[in-house]
Amino acid sequence: MTTRKFRQTPGSVVRGDQAAASVEPAPPTAQTPILSTPDRALLLKDSSRLLQAPARRQWLRGAVTLGGLSLLTGCEIGGGNQAEQFLKAVSRLNDRAQGLLFDPNHLAPTYTEAEVTRPFPFNAFYDVEEVTEVEESDWQLSVSGLIQDRSPWTLAGLRALPQEEQITRHICVEGWSAIGRWGGVRFSQFLQRIGADTTARFVGFRCFDDYYTSIDMATALHPQTLLTLTYDGQVLPKEYGHPVKLRMPTKLGYKNPKYIAELFVSNVNPGGYWEDQGYNWFGGS
Amino acid sequence: MTPSLSSPPPLIHPIWVRLMHWSNALAFLVLLTSGWRIYNASPFLPLHIPADVTLGGWLGGALLWHFAAMWLLVVNGLLYLTVGLAGGRLRERLWPIRLPLLWQDLVDALRGRLNHVDLRHYNQVQRAAYVFAVLDIVVLVMSGLVLWKSVQFPLLRTLLGGYETARRVHFAGMAGGFGFLCVHVLMTLRFPQTLRAMLLGR
Ligand code: HEM
Repeated sequence: MTTRKFRQTPGSVVRGDQAAASVEPAPPTAQTPILSTPDRALLLKDSSRLLQAPARRQWLRGAVTLGGLSLLTGCEIGGGNQAEQFLKAVSRLNDRAQGLLFDPNHLAPTYTEAEVTRPFPFNAFYDVEEVTEVEESDWQLSVSGLIQDRSPWTLAGLRALPQEEQITRHICVEGWSAIGRWGGVRFSQFLQRIGADTTARFVGFRCFDDYYTSIDMATALHPQTLLTLTYDGQVLPKEYGHPVKLRMPTKLGYKNPKYIAELFVSNVNPGGYWEDQGYNWFGGS
Repeated sequence: MTPSLSSPPPLIHPIWVRLMHWSNALAFLVLLTSGWRIYNASPFLPLHIPADVTLGGWLGGALLWHFAAMWLLVVNGLLYLTVGLAGGRLRERLWPIRLPLLWQDLVDALRGRLNHVDLRHYNQVQRAAYVFAVLDIVVLVMSGLVLWKSVQFPLLRTLLGGYETARRVHFAGMAGGFGFLCVHVLMTLRFPQTLRAMLLGR
């Protein structure tokens, strides 16, 4: 079994993910347009066939061009990546719409022990064999940004805080979901402890597996947002983010960072590993 | 009305119906093909949709298309229902539907005996199909809301049987809408004068 040793300072992102696509191919780089090569080829084939169509099908050509071509190849016709620019602008609009829809009093449904999904699925961009292994004694949680007390936290310190449990549904961006039982410290209380400026807009996370993500302050303060130390009554296993993950039943899996090394409060959106590649930033349920 | 040289032939579909119909078709096709890609990321049936007919290139791209087109579908759909109800078009063209008449029209349609002489008048099969399409989109939007924001719409989530059931409902809505679309486009090709009317109004 190969295990990746933890690094104290997460460097540039090599890989790592919380709820990554295991079925889908790797996401495109920033330069790759959203339409894949097969999609483009298909469209070109389609359009050339249409151009050879007999004149009596003229009207059909118009309809298909309207419904298909100009839309699908918007980027080519318009030059540049206009379709992609447009879609990303809409995605930012969707961030705002979700921020408005978010009601801090709406709780995610909770379940009974019997409903817990066993085994709870492991999901990341790397195999379970490559999971990050963190020595408890080496581990420290760095806290920074718009907070008053910057002293790092040990696991013992976190375990000494009041603990809570929740049995909630984890929903993955891929569509599947699973019910799990998590325990730990209510995140709003932790933020209070470190004297976080809760009028700031974002909380950002950096992880030992080089993952990074960020959330809005309203979700950070939601009563079910949990700085998670246990899974199903046990010390959080390494598959699920040992030693600490952030569990939010109000957000999709990729927004729930595992193997947290550092968190910070900020007014500048820190983005995220998947979010920077096109997943919606808010990613809320 | 008898068309004469001075008066143009009667309008079959007013401009708002045509604009909204084609906006809806655009939104639906984008949602359909990007939705297939999203489904492929985590299929719950022994069914994989060929990537070539999907939109988006990867899961993230498909989600961007899906969550952009949903706005067009919803805003356009609400406008269509508002104008259609207030202006009486829905009542005039899509109503009433009477089961015995529907059955008769269906039998006639299958025997190829149903004609499309007056394009302003929908036969019972057309009415039933169009009402089905509208209701199907309502189901798709409702279940889509539960999938997108399951915590924020508790009542809707409960009505739809929870997140996992809503996924199946959304898929069934897609299948129903896709089925409608296939028949609808086939009928359009069979009676091209209806397409001309939906494009040009007459
Ligand atoms: C892109 C392919 C499509 C084509 C070629 C097409 C074509 C047409 C045509 C020609 C008509 C007039 C039919 C008639 O006179 O009986 C029509 C009406 C209609 N179509 Fe489509 N359509 C398409 C997509 C859709 C989609 C995706 C939906 C909804 C899911 C839809 C829903 C309707 C409805 C509800 C009407 C009746 C509208 C009214 O009279 O207010 N169509 N379509």
